[in-house]
Amino acid sequence: MAVGLLKKALPRLGLAVPAWPGVRCMTSRLYGTAAAQTQIHQPDNSVGSDKILTEPLKHPDFFRLSELFSLKDLFDARVHLGHKIGCRHRLMEQYLFGCRLEQDILDLDQTMEHLQQALNFTAHVAYRRGIILFVSRNRQFTHLIESMARDCGEYAHCRYWQGGLLTNANVQYGKGVRLPDLIVFLSTLNNVFQQHVAVRDAAKMNIPTVGIVDSNCNPSLLTYPVPGNDDSGPAVELYCKLFRMTINRAKDKRRQMEILYGLKSQND
Amino acid sequence: MSKMAASSGRALKSFVQGCCGCSSVILPSIARNVILQKPAVTVLARLVCTSSTLQRKNIAAAGPEKYTQEFIKKQIEEFNIGKRHLANMMGEDPETFTQEGIDRAIAYLFPSGLFEKRARPVMKHPDEIFPKQRAVQWGEDGRPFHFLFYTGKQSYYSLMHCLRFIQLLERILALPYCSIEEEYIQRFRRALEVQSKKQKIEPLQYDENEVAFSIGEGRRKTATATATVRDNGSGNITVNGVDYLLYFPVLQDREQLMFPFQFLDRLGKHDMECKVTGGGRSAQAGAIRLATARALLSFITENEVESMRQAGLLTPDPRVKERQKPGQEGARRKFTWNKR
Repeated sequence: MAVGLLKKALPRLGLAVPAWPGVRCMTSRLYGTAAAQTQIHQPDNSVGSDKILTEPLKHPDFFRLSELFSLKDLFDARVHLGHKIGCRHRLMEQYLFGCRLEQDILDLDQTMEHLQQALNFTAHVAYRRGIILFVSRNRQFTHLIESMARDCGEYAHCRYWQGGLLTNANVQYGKGVRLPDLIVFLSTLNNVFQQHVAVRDAAKMNIPTVGIVDSNCNPSLLTYPVPGNDDSGPAVELYCKLFRMTINRAKDKRRQMEILYGLKSQND
Repeated sequence: MSKMAASSGRALKSFVQGCCGCSSVILPSIARNVILQKPAVTVLARLVCTSSTLQRKNIAAAGPEKYTQEFIKKQIEEFNIGKRHLANMMGEDPETFTQEGIDRAIAYLFPSGLFEKRARPVMKHPDEIFPKQRAVQWGEDGRPFHFLFYTGKQSYYSLMHCLRFIQLLERILALPYCSIEEEYIQRFRRALEVQSKKQKIEPLQYDENEVAFSIGEGRRKTATATATVRDNGSGNITVNGVDYLLYFPVLQDREQLMFPFQFLDRLGKHDMECKVTGGGRSAQAGAIRLATARALLSFITENEVESMRQAGLLTPDPRVKERQKPGQEGARRKFTWNKR
């Protein structure tokens, strides 16, 4: 109930700023105690870089992502279809529109809001040159998701998840590895229909997560859950298309802004 | 409990809403430190608290120090200079001084009576001495180069993105000008030895009446058989001078005799005469089967030889009677277990 209130309150206050504007600069992977905090001055001395990073935060929909999808698109891609009643998760009841012939139907109005917020956040992370990792354990779409990640210039992990990939990263990869700044789940369940280990690990490592939750998934540990179908082909293709377009838009915008403010600061 | 965690997360979000002033960028090399720049609102940050002693312990457990690129470069420079010094000492030309020359020089200048060759003084190029390390997989900004880096096995999983890898390779080799890329593709192939070429096929022999015949030998368990297969026959089979119907009253044994002919569709076309000793009923049948199959090799094409090999007609059966062990009644059977 508190959850619902807060969520409704946020857009109404007009602060439709993404919930973690400075997550990359503030809370991500804080390891030090108070003594270990160091103040590091900004890497670029010009005012331009400041403007580049703060300008998008002043607009609710800086990247105009609401144009990318409509309710009809979601309906045509069969995003509203959930699983049968027996598979329903207790915490997903708030996202259900109803149930027809023992099959759960997700509320597409809520899906629209959640998807808008999730895409907006992804765009901001991509704008700030964050690492985005796509995770899904649905073998049907492994190739599709990996190709999409490669086209965006981001990363994908649709294979067997080894235990310490996030929590034991220094041992697994090498010293000084940079962990993903955002993890996007195109299916939060693994092959045994249990919650994917990465959801819990990301929460442990303070990495924000965006996830498509179906009616049999647990949305609690995700920062931006998006209720939707994760099993149909058209649905997953739609998500892939949307994420690819948001990330490309965000990166193009970043380049534009750099040129714009770079020129301005040179002129000044 | 999960709901509480979720609600506290939402509460944090509302706190952070007002903070728009944070504009610094994380430097990947300082992943452990906090980088804060004038937060507009005091934020209840979630700190993962580690004490300094813990940090020290982690560093100690990290492992041996890895060699940096600069260190190896310096070593290579020193090696080259040392090589020139050696050449001058030995009176040879520094430009054309090879590794063998270095070895000889070291053996001359530092004579060692140690027996273990690896313990003697050695001067080699640093690349051979220092173990190779994996190149760093990410760029200056910390972003890994390969899009599948986070899986751990990037080269293995990226194979499937080479557009139907194996089909493509096969197609390339089928094209007329394939010799250009053939070498590259052969690297991915392991040559399977063609098994059928190992079969010794005896040439056909001819009788007085110009009838072709061939002889084959076979063994199974303790039985040995020699079979003579003649051409232009009508399917008569004689075993030890007796008709096969009388020698093998059981249908199963006669089927074994006929299997090679039936496989090659030559049931009524050959005559067979064989001698068999040793073994029991079915051992003799198996031995004759192997012998006829080997004899028939001379009459058929290579493809048929390969198919016979794959059917198992040409493989001698290695099973023999297992020996009895002491303390047991038979090979596997133990004595009756008595409680008292």
